[in-house]
Amino acid sequence: MTDMPNATPKNSLLRQDARTVKRNRAETRFKAYGIAAISVGLLMLVILLVTIIGRGTGAFQQTFLTLDVQLLEAKLDKKGNRDLQDIKKVSTFGYAPLMAAALEKKVAESAVESDLKPKEMAALLSKDAAAQLRDFVLENTDLIGTSVQFRFLTNSRVDGYMKGRVTRESIANDKNINAAQLDLVDALVKDGALEKRFNLAFITGADASDARPEAAGMGVSMIGSLFMMLVVLALALPIGVAASIYLEEFAPKNLITDIIEVNISNLAAVPSIVFGILGLAVFINYMHLPNSAPLVGGLVLTLMTLPTIIISTRASLKSVPPSIRDAALGVGASKMQSVFHHVLPLAAPGILTGTIIGLAQALGETAPLLLIGMVGFIASNPPDGIASGLMDPNSAMPAQIYEWAKRADPAFYERAWGGIIILLVFLVTMNAIAVMLRRRFERRW
Amino acid sequence: MSNFLNVAPTTLLVLAVLILTGIAYVSARSRAMSSAGGDARKLHSLPGYYGYNAAMLTAIPALFVLVIWMLLQPVLIQNAVIEMIPASAVSEGSSVNLVMSDVRRVADGLNGAVKSGALTADAAKALTAADDVRSVLAGTGVALGSDVTAEVLAAAQRYRGMQSTGQVLMTAVVSLIAIAGLLIALRATTKTFRARNMVERFVLSLLIVAASLAILTTVGIVFSMLFETINFFKLHPWQDFFLGSKWAPNFRGDSDLSILPLLWGTLYISIIALLVAVPIGLFAAIYLSEYANSKVRAVAKPLLEILAGIPTIVYGLFALLTVGPFLVNLFGRGEDGILGVDWMSGATSVLTAGLVMGIMLIPFVSSLSDDIINAVPQSLRDGSFGLGATHSETIRQVVLPAALPGIVGAILLAASRAIGETMIVVLGAGAIARISPNPLEAMTTITTRIVSQLTGDTDFASPETLVAFALGLTLFVLTLGLNVLALYIVRKYREQYE
Repeated sequence: MTDMPNATPKNSLLRQDARTVKRNRAETRFKAYGIAAISVGLLMLVILLVTIIGRGTGAFQQTFLTLDVQLLEAKLDKKGNRDLQDIKKVSTFGYAPLMAAALEKKVAESAVESDLKPKEMAALLSKDAAAQLRDFVLENTDLIGTSVQFRFLTNSRVDGYMKGRVTRESIANDKNINAAQLDLVDALVKDGALEKRFNLAFITGADASDARPEAAGMGVSMIGSLFMMLVVLALALPIGVAASIYLEEFAPKNLITDIIEVNISNLAAVPSIVFGILGLAVFINYMHLPNSAPLVGGLVLTLMTLPTIIISTRASLKSVPPSIRDAALGVGASKMQSVFHHVLPLAAPGILTGTIIGLAQALGETAPLLLIGMVGFIASNPPDGIASGLMDPNSAMPAQIYEWAKRADPAFYERAWGGIIILLVFLVTMNAIAVMLRRRFERRW
Repeated sequence: MSNFLNVAPTTLLVLAVLILTGIAYVSARSRAMSSAGGDARKLHSLPGYYGYNAAMLTAIPALFVLVIWMLLQPVLIQNAVIEMIPASAVSEGSSVNLVMSDVRRVADGLNGAVKSGALTADAAKALTAADDVRSVLAGTGVALGSDVTAEVLAAAQRYRGMQSTGQVLMTAVVSLIAIAGLLIALRATTKTFRARNMVERFVLSLLIVAASLAILTTVGIVFSMLFETINFFKLHPWQDFFLGSKWAPNFRGDSDLSILPLLWGTLYISIIALLVAVPIGLFAAIYLSEYANSKVRAVAKPLLEILAGIPTIVYGLFALLTVGPFLVNLFGRGEDGILGVDWMSGATSVLTAGLVMGIMLIPFVSSLSDDIINAVPQSLRDGSFGLGATHSETIRQVVLPAALPGIVGAILLAASRAIGETMIVVLGAGAIARISPNPLEAMTTITTRIVSQLTGDTDFASPETLVAFALGLTLFVLTLGLNVLALYIVRKYREQYE
């Protein structure tokens, strides 16, 4: 009989000693930090997106009040000859009484009870509603003298009440609306005349002044952005590709090309506001190009996008194998011919992808636009041609969002978030196209 | 503006040159073909190259001269006209430049009036100060701030005269150059002429010009800011700018314009941003490159990088409308707040801007560090595992020290990004310049002040506007220094393993 010694061995593979346990715990902890870091990053992304969507979708809906309005001939076309010039002489003030009468009639007809004065009732409608009715009448002069059903834009406070932004508590000190008016709103909602609908005018319309947030839209600034992107595309793509071809295919290795290369990588990291200062000093102050013009914005963004395009173009030129160049040279092509006839077409998908990503970056850039004056005014008229699109003052999407964020009325904040949704839709589309191009045409040699 | 009122004749000129170019291509090509007896194989180059060569010689010198002329003419005319304005015409509180802009507006207005038919060309020339020029111009839509003095009117007439002479001269010179180019090219076109070499040499020089545009941009940035900065220091003592302690611009003059409070706000916000971004970004990079399997990596990495693709205006709005009010709820509002303290009064603060900027920089730090950690040779890890180290010990004691220079470079790049960031601080940091250690107070940054000094009405003769250029130059030097340092560190590190 041998007694098994009861003492445990000093070390065992089966049982971890205290130090190993500690080390393994440290290992688990370390890994958990990593997971936590990624989760925090992704959580932030989710919070950001939820905030944008939650706050912004409201802007795509707007409260409208449907009324039967009598287009009295006596008021709108006194001479009765349907002459457009005569009808145009009636200003929006001429239309306001018609709307007030229509609203009063609506209140009287339906079971809605209200002891508000007509003027207070009319205050539910937007200050822009009369102008919209006027535009409608000017387009359909044959309807004068009849009664038409028209959907009127309501005041931003009414809209806010429908969306929960304005409550009965929050209007205690608000001069623009009172509790009795909200009672009328409730009654009209029950009646079905007042309702929230999809608001196309937010996507296609122009900006509006401080007092009419309900009428403000992104359309004109979208056109401004479009013109800027056209300028960027027309300048940055050819210049960027030419510069990359030189640096990648022809440049001798010497001090000057070294300087150019360092320069380009540094330009890519220069703060965007510095490009704005350059634009202000050179394009506006020295060349006397007009302030706030999309042309100037496009020039500034071109300078900013060039490094991005050059870097990605060089990468795609580099990925074309040298055997292609050698084969072209072998059958008697000149160096220039080998590049333009063979290398460049093969690198084209990569160049295009890089260009689209550069454009997307430029589309979202705001800071330089502030300095060349694309904020601080109301971009109210869409341009009527290419020349005026390039030279007339306009806003751009991010500048318009900034402009709304700076205004005092919270109704504009909803507009700003909504504008961000539109901007992000553009960016996502552009990036998706870039990814698709890469997937479709990418060639591995 | 003056360049754009006479666009129509200039456009015609450009069109004429382009038509000549087309003619040059066709005629040179056929001349080359006929010199070879119709057999393209006897030509030195493909027939098209002869055409391109002629087109190039016609268009390029002419258009080049045209552009230079259009850039120089306004400057030369301005200098000539400015001498005409006697010192007595410059009233108190005004400057020669202001008078000069009046002159330009009168001249443009007269041109516009002639163009629209409100005045005949002779009547416009015959105007004197006795005629009410201001009301004449107001009729054509040009509003003038004050009545036109005799000196201004004389200068404006001179300005118009020089402009039209310049226009005629320019048209003549440019067309002559284009025709001369065409003739020279046609003379040279024979079957032995090396047209392809000429064309290729020209294309190569175009490529070189495009590549040097990058340098031109940098030079433009530096000079545009340098000149105005020098002007600023002529008007304002540099001691106050660099060493003062107060930022209080006052458009009536006598302002305190010191960069130090702005620099403090900028650095404070950047440090908070880095405190958020560096740990999160670094740990995310370590996890993605060392632990995560390829599936997690394929999902998490692009998702994180979305954060970098979101425009900064979105972050700015997020700071102003979401994070700011949340922080006020947390640290402000006294008894009603979540913590029951009253340390924060407004939504804009250093912490608001710093936190949001940190979120923006996470993917920046993580993808750069990810690349750098991946570049550490596997043999180093294998050696460490072979000695019995756990995975985390390997990372902490082998991989990270090896990757450290690269990571430092990444952090420096992120810092330069943070210092130059504009929209987040414009919307989230506030507008009060002060040096305070409290992160819950609103402070202001260099970029915010550049925006506020240069938006709205700017007067390039006042130090309050010009200071923005000095700030811009400081910002440029600061970020450039950080970038160069970062690139240097990264490059030096790369040499170790390649």
